[in-house]
Amino acid sequence: MNIKNIITKLEENNLKGRGGANFPTGLKWKMVKEIKAEKKYIICNASEGEPDVFKDGFILENYPEEVISGIKIALETIDNSSAYLYISKDYYRKFKKDLEKLIGKHPITLLKKTGGYLAGEETSICEVIEGKRIEPRIRPPFPSQSGLWHCPTLINNVETFYCVAKIAKNEYNKTRFYSINGDAENEGVYELPEDYSISRILKETKNWPDFDFFVQSGGGIAGEILLPNELDQMIKGTGSIIVFNRKQTDLFSLMEKWINFLIEENCDKCIPCREGTYRIAEMIKKKKIDKKILDDLFFVLEESSFCALGKGVASPIRGVITKLLNE
Amino acid sequence: MNKNKKIQIIIDNKKIDCIEGQTILEVAMENKIDIPGLCFHSDLDIKSNCRLCMVEIKDRKGLHASCSTKIEPEMEIITDSPKIKRAREINLELVFAQHPKEDKNYTPGLNYHLLELAKKYNIRTDRFSNRKTTCPIYKFGPSVVFDSSKCIDCRNCVDVCEKQGIGFLEIEKKDHFFQVVPSKDENKDCIYCGQCVVHCPTGALMAIEDFGEVEKAIQDKNKIVVFQFAPSIRTSIGEELGMPYGSIVTEKLIAGIKKLGADKVFDTSTGADFTTMEEAGELIKKIEEGTTPCITSCCPSWVKFVEFYHPELIHNLATTRSPQIILGGLIKTYWAEKENIDPKNIIVVSIMPCVAKKYEIERKELEIDNLKPVDYVLTTRELTHLFIKHKIDLKKIEPQKIDNPLGTHSGAGVIYGASGGVVESALRTAYKKITKTELTKLEFKQVRGMEGIKKATIEINGKSIKIAVVNGMGNAKKILKEIEKNPKLYDAIEVMACDGGCIGGGGQPMPTDSKIRKQRAESLYQIDNEKEIRLAHKNPIIKKVYQDFLNSKEKIHLICHTKYSPKKRETKI
Repeated sequence: MNIKNIITKLEENNLKGRGGANFPTGLKWKMVKEIKAEKKYIICNASEGEPDVFKDGFILENYPEEVISGIKIALETIDNSSAYLYISKDYYRKFKKDLEKLIGKHPITLLKKTGGYLAGEETSICEVIEGKRIEPRIRPPFPSQSGLWHCPTLINNVETFYCVAKIAKNEYNKTRFYSINGDAENEGVYELPEDYSISRILKETKNWPDFDFFVQSGGGIAGEILLPNELDQMIKGTGSIIVFNRKQTDLFSLMEKWINFLIEENCDKCIPCREGTYRIAEMIKKKKIDKKILDDLFFVLEESSFCALGKGVASPIRGVITKLLNE
Repeated sequence: MNKNKKIQIIIDNKKIDCIEGQTILEVAMENKIDIPGLCFHSDLDIKSNCRLCMVEIKDRKGLHASCSTKIEPEMEIITDSPKIKRAREINLELVFAQHPKEDKNYTPGLNYHLLELAKKYNIRTDRFSNRKTTCPIYKFGPSVVFDSSKCIDCRNCVDVCEKQGIGFLEIEKKDHFFQVVPSKDENKDCIYCGQCVVHCPTGALMAIEDFGEVEKAIQDKNKIVVFQFAPSIRTSIGEELGMPYGSIVTEKLIAGIKKLGADKVFDTSTGADFTTMEEAGELIKKIEEGTTPCITSCCPSWVKFVEFYHPELIHNLATTRSPQIILGGLIKTYWAEKENIDPKNIIVVSIMPCVAKKYEIERKELEIDNLKPVDYVLTTRELTHLFIKHKIDLKKIEPQKIDNPLGTHSGAGVIYGASGGVVESALRTAYKKITKTELTKLEFKQVRGMEGIKKATIEINGKSIKIAVVNGMGNAKKILKEIEKNPKLYDAIEVMACDGGCIGGGGQPMPTDSKIRKQRAESLYQIDNEKEIRLAHKNPIIKKVYQDFLNSKEKIHLICHTKYSPKKRETKI
């Protein structure tokens, strides 16, 4: 395996981060490699904290060699570095033994995630590892400039490291992993070409429903709501599709599930997310939506939230209300 | 990156020269461009929580928080647009949905940034109900009250408490929300520095107010009400009344207090001269005995800190009482005797830059014949409130001279208000005591200034005296680490809990920041510079009182010294 030109290869393959933000991986690696520092860190993010998303767990279970191999390539590529494999509590319990065996004596620390959903956000991960309160940091500086302990830090999703290993072995076929569940007939994780549209994914996996449905794609909380005629597009965000039977879904309970999760999981740091989310929850619980107020709350959430969690609160709720609730 | 590289940006179509590395908000503030905000304070790390300071940047999507966005060359910033206005108004409305819509306790002069903003933006308060109505009120000693129903979770208090090295205010998850709460840890206690109060933008954290009691005492015809005011007040209170930072208003202040109805107004700086005399003596004694360091004890937060967190240092604390306590004691003994007044009928009121001074006067061991030397402490803000309430305009008032005998003071007594002032005053007098000659140059510039830790070695009679001057409790902890390793590292250590010393105290006008603190301090040094008498031991009233009254060890001990004891946690939750 020749990893000398790995960054060029990542760029040639146009690999983008699989955590959901789609940042070009080669560029990120280059930034961390080229910045001068006595110490650098690599973090493999396998903290998968969004409900109903489970493709990272599938990768850890089925391809741990590739994941560890990807991290090792990063260690060799980036000077003075050591790595953390940051992993959700559940996956830690399940895969600890296997992963430790593969890690062996390499400078990779297997680290069990503390905290919830937010603790998977990359700057929050740095706070967690440093033993601080779980809150996102102000960006810039980005972790690639100043991350863990103020050192340049490469943070990639577990699937991204899998892809790196495949690219290094020239076995990368531009695929990605999609978890499909909900009212889908054939639940599971599928590895399919990265440029497949949602409808094609559903059809090829024999998950295209024969009932009236909608999907949430790109995450079980922040993912967007799409109707059957809107599925001729690729997934934005993380590789997840949740199928809902439209007739059998109680839309208010669905929204309540999301908003309760967000209230519990957000850090309460910034006003729009802390207060806005709470006020949306009030309306959803009373099943009384004031569209003007909701529009105002969505506006400040999307325009002025501190981090992506807050910015993402509006999308699925807006989707349900505008596309599905007929008033 | 060149730190002082000048670049040009555009704010609201105006070209502005600024320095690379600054944030948009910093540049705007320097150029008097108004951007609202609640969580930004230049003393603290940027949190970017309140999301009110949002601005637009040309060719960039969305809104950007000006407090956390650094300027870049050619950046074009818009600070007001319909979009910005909408975001600010909604966020402000949301803040108010966790805060009482009206505040019955609102007292002008005690400063509520939030209410001012709400008024300015004329925000709606009818769409959301207050979610914090049942949040509790906590009291920290006789000094600070925390009404958590007014807290907007900006976390300035948590950060400043952490910066002070105390960490008494914490964040805890309660009912799905992370909220500010006092620690339940028995090994932590509030030291009453009040820095949380001066960094709180909503009035959730306030000094416990005593001005009502003082008004009653003034009304009571059987009481002789004697005021004293701390050194630092004379250069800070002017701000609250619309004057430039650092304005020296000593004689207007005296006139204002007189107009409130005070029978006499004395000067705590006179008390400071007594403190200097005694403390210089203690320092010399400790050096001779080899029991240094001699650590100052004028700052009640620092004393509480030692008693609670570091009782092993109690024997190093100077036993000399603080200036307000010595002066209060003299008022109720020396002056009462002279004037033939029953000290029980005297009410001593101190105007202090501090909320911990409210705690200090409650200390039992300070009582003289069962009487507290000082009956009430009002903060600078409380006095401002009284001035506003009683329509006393310091700008227009005719200045008045201080009352005597306990008003005459030296310049040394005035610089007590700035970090380094106590040590400098003590050194001026100690020099005389050791060498029997006067200093030719009085200024000890090494111990002046706003730096958190200042170190100096002073030669007196061929002997080197090593000095550390600390302001800010976080810095004090650093010095404690040093002396833990090497107990004889310093002969004298001055500690003030607040940044800059008393001029940055928890009872001072808001806002308080490093520039303002500097101006207040500079004015104190200016007063000293212009004073004819600049040495405590040259103050004629000092000489006279020692001759006529403090003429025995017992009397000096009774009026001028105290003791300390290890403390358990006092705050009850």
